[in-house]
Amino acid sequence: MKLFRMSIKNIRKSVKDYTIYFLTLILGVAIFYIFNSLDSQEAMLVVSSSTREIIKLMLSMIQFVSIFVALILGFLIVYANNFLIKRRKKEFGLYMTLGMGKRQISGILLGETFLIGLLSLGIGLVIGVFGSQLMSILVAKLFEADMSEYQFVFSEAACVKTCLYFGVMYVAVMVFNVFVISRYKLIDLLSAAKKNEKVKMKNPVICVLVFLVAAVTLGYAYYLVTAGIHKIDTIDKIGIPILMGVVSTFLIFWSVSGLALKLVQMNKNMYLKGSNLFILRQIHNQINTTVVSMTIICLLLFMTISVLSSALSLNRLLTQDMEKMTPVDINLYKTAELPNNGEYSEMQIQDSRKPVSETLKENGLDMKLLTDVVEVTTYQTDDWTWEDSLKSIIDSAKEQFPMLRYDLAEELIQVSDYNKVARLYGIEEYEVAEDEYIVLCNSDNMVNLRNWALENDTEVTLGGKRYHSKYRKCQEGYLTISASHTNTGVIIVPDNSIFSENIKEYQHYLMANYHADSKDEKKEIEGIFANERESELIDNLGKNQIELQGLTKISIIESSKGVSTIITFIAIYLGITFLIASSAILALKELTENSDNRQRYTILRKIGMDEKMIHQALFRQIGIFFMAPLLLAILHSVFGIQFALKLISVQVQAKEMLPSVVATAVFLILVYGGYFLATYIGSKNIIKE
Amino acid sequence: MKHVLEVKEIEKYYGNKSSLTKAIDHISFSVDEGEFVGIMGASGSGKTTLLNCISTIDKVTAGHIMINGTDITRLKGNALNQFRREELGFIFQDFNLLDTLTAYENVALALTIQKVKPSEIDKQVKQIAGRLGIVDILQKYPYQVSGGQKQRIAAARAIVTNPKLILADEPTGALDSRSARQLLENFEVLNQTMNATILMVTHDAFTASYADRILFIKDGKLFNELMKGGESRKEFFEKIIDVVTLLGGELNEVI
Repeated sequence: MKLFRMSIKNIRKSVKDYTIYFLTLILGVAIFYIFNSLDSQEAMLVVSSSTREIIKLMLSMIQFVSIFVALILGFLIVYANNFLIKRRKKEFGLYMTLGMGKRQISGILLGETFLIGLLSLGIGLVIGVFGSQLMSILVAKLFEADMSEYQFVFSEAACVKTCLYFGVMYVAVMVFNVFVISRYKLIDLLSAAKKNEKVKMKNPVICVLVFLVAAVTLGYAYYLVTAGIHKIDTIDKIGIPILMGVVSTFLIFWSVSGLALKLVQMNKNMYLKGSNLFILRQIHNQINTTVVSMTIICLLLFMTISVLSSALSLNRLLTQDMEKMTPVDINLYKTAELPNNGEYSEMQIQDSRKPVSETLKENGLDMKLLTDVVEVTTYQTDDWTWEDSLKSIIDSAKEQFPMLRYDLAEELIQVSDYNKVARLYGIEEYEVAEDEYIVLCNSDNMVNLRNWALENDTEVTLGGKRYHSKYRKCQEGYLTISASHTNTGVIIVPDNSIFSENIKEYQHYLMANYHADSKDEKKEIEGIFANERESELIDNLGKNQIELQGLTKISIIESSKGVSTIITFIAIYLGITFLIASSAILALKELTENSDNRQRYTILRKIGMDEKMIHQALFRQIGIFFMAPLLLAILHSVFGIQFALKLISVQVQAKEMLPSVVATAVFLILVYGGYFLATYIGSKNIIKE
Repeated sequence: MKHVLEVKEIEKYYGNKSSLTKAIDHISFSVDEGEFVGIMGASGSGKTTLLNCISTIDKVTAGHIMINGTDITRLKGNALNQFRREELGFIFQDFNLLDTLTAYENVALALTIQKVKPSEIDKQVKQIAGRLGIVDILQKYPYQVSGGQKQRIAAARAIVTNPKLILADEPTGALDSRSARQLLENFEVLNQTMNATILMVTHDAFTASYADRILFIKDGKLFNELMKGGESRKEFFEKIIDVVTLLGGELNEVI
């Protein structure tokens, strides 16, 4: 019990060193709880069924990401604990000379870790519970859930999970501490105060050379992920620029302080001004001894910036395209001309010969609910498959995309039919001559493949007649509404060219808007098609075994909003974790460093530096220490974000990125800046006489 | 001759009414320009408190201290810092050099914080290094040089700003006898050729024998004063020993 009281006293005494560590732990616990408690939140219970599916997906992703987050937080805790312990060697030495055994010292440390763990868990969970209420409101807003009956929620599962994960981390720290203590020798502990005063010096010439090598390597890595991206043609080559980036980051931190020192020393006016030479030496010394940490911090910051801004811009993009890609409320289609081979019932075969509107009417839909109705039929023939379209490049195509079905028939549509649809959608209409066709395609990979073929040879035979493509490229256009560019190919052919023996009907399409004025009325009609409640139409279709497929604007928008929300949530979750981990490491390093350097500031005071000058020197020193990894991380991000967006094949204009970048910057300034200020204020207190 | 330092009737008390410690009890003396004065006393005699009061690090309870005509007991805050920066030079027992800075930088820092022109700084640092024989080690770090060299770097830092008064607190305390002798010879040079005024606190009779005049302190009071006059250092040293024997107590044990 006495040992435990010592633990309490120790924590009280070293509050200055512990504050930031403690706050970071609380923050970590709170964030962990908030994101893991999403499932039991009020908003999740009132959203629509399709949204609930998306949220389920999000939760399983968050569970997966949580493991990663726990690893990072675990690393942070062990790391921070390690150098808080190191600083107390002399104290332990004193305990041992007073006759305390290693077991008792371990006991004190266990008590401390236990106390800190318990406190941080408790406070963190309280903050987390309240934070999750805010989160709940945010989620409700995103999913447009009705939150009129708001209730306070507490997620037991998340609470248990948080306690479990952090409990494991704290136990790991305890084991680690016991191990470290058992290896200490009394003589080392007592002489620990006489710190090795050797200053690690590097040859400036080598510094310059290493810096140049690092800069060139980094430059090449940047080139690889942007202008030279074509060189990364297989997935395993992605590692090359990443590895180059990591290595050069390390080398830059290894050499930059030596280089900067040399450069400033050459400029006497700057070097011999005020406290500059002291600041310069402090930075030089600190960066020199923390190259590995600096590299890790820089990379964590880089991940924060790129994850946040890529995800946020992806989110904007996903929701932005939506209105453009969904010009009508509903799209219905069904297979035409089902074969009479015993597989299908007479009823089904009969129905497959009718247009979609007939099916709807026969199965009890009031056609007054639809307006702007356009119906078209597409065709297919075994004479014109993908193989025929791609015949000029078929061998290389098969090699590159072995899993494509080349025997699939192309979908053909008469030009006048297509133009009816295009007019309704408000997209470009086309004209073709007697012997021409046009390929419509907007799915990126297929566009590339088809364009390649179109550049070579475009001649095909249809019903004994030769046709060639009007354009040497695919054209923009689509028949069905969708969340993104998914049209792999529809071919516009001249009217009447399809009336030939071999050509059969392929699919019947119906495009229409809901006959409604308000959002609520639209939702009412949507219900009939989306099977959310009792629907006569769906019942009848089911009874008659008629397969009618379709997409609605509302469902597309809901699901893509879901996807973008998942991305945003995961990004923020990871972003915050990376950010607090890196800020906390940096802050702790700087605080302990300044605590070790207290003597230096006393000397400065003795030789007549006044407080204002000392504070200024401290501020600049900490400022530079925080800025160095951030600047390099920002530079990395400029290229990293472009690379990330290219990998998921999204084209973003710099202008469109701006809001996301601003949001990331604000976020960064708040958290990172907060840690910076806390470090400055803490250090100021430490060096106070 | 002009008084650089005038200490008038100063007192310094510690503690409260029930247990009062008089660290300094009515001390008065003065130091002239170009003088090299030593202050001797056993540990606990109040000599370090006296030095702290003169160096503006501590405040007196009563009395006045005039340095070059300024009453430092009336100075406050930044004025005090500025005064300390511009009028005083310090040499400490444990050198107090910044371990991350080279010798050159340690000396230059004293000038840069006074906002001296960069071109001047370089010149002055090299000049003072020449006088103290540390030109060769200017680019070395403190951990790379010996204790004596460290103290000479500290001395260079103290004198490079051309202060009115140099305060040395047990400057030879951490040095071996050879280094100590070398440092004291340097002090003599600074005192004689640059007319530097030095006030040195020590408990070592040998170190004290390099001074022109010695003040002995016992229990916070001025106990005795010795002048070197025309005597040789050896004769002066013997006289010091006599006083020390007279003083008795701890100081005696020390030597």
